[in-house]
Amino acid sequence: MSQLSVSRIENNPKYRELVRARDTLAWTLTVLVLIIYFGFILLVAFAPGFLTQPISATSVVPVGIPVGVGVILASVILTGIYVRRANNTFDPLIREIIQEASK
Amino acid sequence: MTSANAVLKTVFPAGAVLAAQLAFVTLAAAQASPPNTTPPVNWHAVVMFIIFVAITLIITYWAARRTKTATDFYAAGRGITGFQNGLAIAGDYMSAASFLGIASLVYFNGFYGLIYSVGWLVGWPVILFLIAERLRNLGKFTYADVASFRLRQGPVRTMAAIGSIVVVIWYLIGQAVGAGQLLHTLVPQISYNVSIVIIGALIIIYVTFGGMKATTWVQIIKAALLLGGATLIALGVLVHSGFSFEKLFSEAVAAHPKHQEIMQSVAPLGAKPNAIESISLGMTLMFGTAGLPHILMRFFTVPDAKAARKSVLYGTCFIGYFYILTFIIGFGAIVLVAGRPEYVVDVTKNVLNLKGGTSMAAVYLSHAIGGDLFLGFISAVAFATILAVVSGLTLAGASALSHDIYANVIMKGKSTEAQEVWVSKLCVIGLGILAVILGILFEKQNVAYIVALTFSVAACANFPILVLAVFWRGLTTRGAVLGGYTGIFGSIILLIIGPTVWTKVLNMGPAIFPYDFPTFVVLPAVLIVAWIASVTDRSAQADKERAAFEAQMVRSETGFGAEAAAAH
Repeated sequence: MSQLSVSRIENNPKYRELVRARDTLAWTLTVLVLIIYFGFILLVAFAPGFLTQPISATSVVPVGIPVGVGVILASVILTGIYVRRANNTFDPLIREIIQEASK
Repeated sequence: MTSANAVLKTVFPAGAVLAAQLAFVTLAAAQASPPNTTPPVNWHAVVMFIIFVAITLIITYWAARRTKTATDFYAAGRGITGFQNGLAIAGDYMSAASFLGIASLVYFNGFYGLIYSVGWLVGWPVILFLIAERLRNLGKFTYADVASFRLRQGPVRTMAAIGSIVVVIWYLIGQAVGAGQLLHTLVPQISYNVSIVIIGALIIIYVTFGGMKATTWVQIIKAALLLGGATLIALGVLVHSGFSFEKLFSEAVAAHPKHQEIMQSVAPLGAKPNAIESISLGMTLMFGTAGLPHILMRFFTVPDAKAARKSVLYGTCFIGYFYILTFIIGFGAIVLVAGRPEYVVDVTKNVLNLKGGTSMAAVYLSHAIGGDLFLGFISAVAFATILAVVSGLTLAGASALSHDIYANVIMKGKSTEAQEVWVSKLCVIGLGILAVILGILFEKQNVAYIVALTFSVAACANFPILVLAVFWRGLTTRGAVLGGYTGIFGSIILLIIGPTVWTKVLNMGPAIFPYDFPTFVVLPAVLIVAWIASVTDRSAQADKERAAFEAQMVRSETGFGAEAAAAH
């Protein structure tokens, strides 16, 4: 790739828009996954009693099981959200940026 | 490649002979053994093993004819679709250790096993958000390509390759020992050593001839078999409990000798919960997943960043679904396997203690649900699982040795593609033989520390250096190298002086470092070392490296200039 095209991309406002939007989304979702997962881990570490209490008086199922399965489902959902945003917003933007750079 | 094709034609009969010998050995051993000392041959399992091996050898033959360039060999010509790669990722990642291991963790400890299931999944979103697309845009065949993109090739690649090789070799030992024990337990007529040799030979054939194409398809087939098999077992369990989780869990509480405790402990039963250990375990599982070289390598097999992104979504769905199943399977085993004299060593002493070792819970559950035929199927699936994971590991190890060390460090990029692939194949053979030897040497060793070791090195060296190289303009060669080695050696040293190795393996008394998982100390140390070593680096080279960040970022964000898919 030529130095010229690189600087042309860098100076394209669409490129700066792409980097800003994608980095914001990626790091927001990363922090969200970290909060969800380490929230679960901190409960395991400091409040195991919360996770091991039964979900109702007549049940043997501890609260931790739906919470754990919930963490797995949340991971899958956040992954889906990122892919959807990237397919709909970032891909067209990247295509335009590359087209404009190779003109 | 004509010479390779000639070799291929001579080796394929050898593969067929191997399969025939496998059948012959079991047959001969069955006839030779005196009655009542050896259990009968598990014919269902043997026949299904052979069918699986035959199919994978045909695929290898097909793949070998289409593997011509280095891109074909390391990255399947970058022609794998997002969906296929998602399945292959699942096939690469869901090891026999996680299938049999989590099921037995739940079988012995109940709820505690779920903490592992969750931890082994949550690394995937992080891989997607921060790594997958940028890795595909910047790299060629290995993650070291990305770590060293704008840094000095020699020192950074050497460090990254050492990180990869440490992970690959220890992961291989764990898989080889597990594979030998599993095959030997399922078909007792094949000895432990012969089991490992069979696995080593198959791996060498798949990877040297079929490269990444064969490896990918072995992983895809294995993933489909494993997901199907686990679904059937879990369905069997749910049919038994009338699709009521309440009933399943109450029956498990009633059947397990610790009763209600299996729902109330966040540590292995009998161990004291420790907050720091739980946090460190959580960090290790999450960030370790994002630093496994054989997983990262999969992102180079797809045509572009978009396919890399899609493959993580598919992979995460498959893996998440699978870990939920293993949890159901573990509880099902408490209900249907514990206390049954046909599966348990001595029901009067311990209703949990299984014949053939602790990891057999899921395998016996398949027998309890579907009899010999289903047991045979699940055994063959477990065998396929090991072959797929070991193939991926061997290829990742060989690529670190040939692409990073040989082609870029020793030959400084002046070797031809053909030479590089040739060295790779030699490395595959070497690693295959090494895995067999280590598997045999480690048979009676306590290998419980292997997961901690491989995931700690991946979490403390590979993952942080990769993220810093891609996102932080300030990272210099000095920072990457010192930080990386801090991660590799810090993890290894703290593991050696930790409870598992120091106390249990070496019998040296109370551990100097009191935690099993050192990540909570080492990972921050790596970040601090990499930061200090980078910001204090005033050399002209360091200025050049910082200045090169903008161009790297353009390629990383847009894929402009990224490696294209093979034309043919």
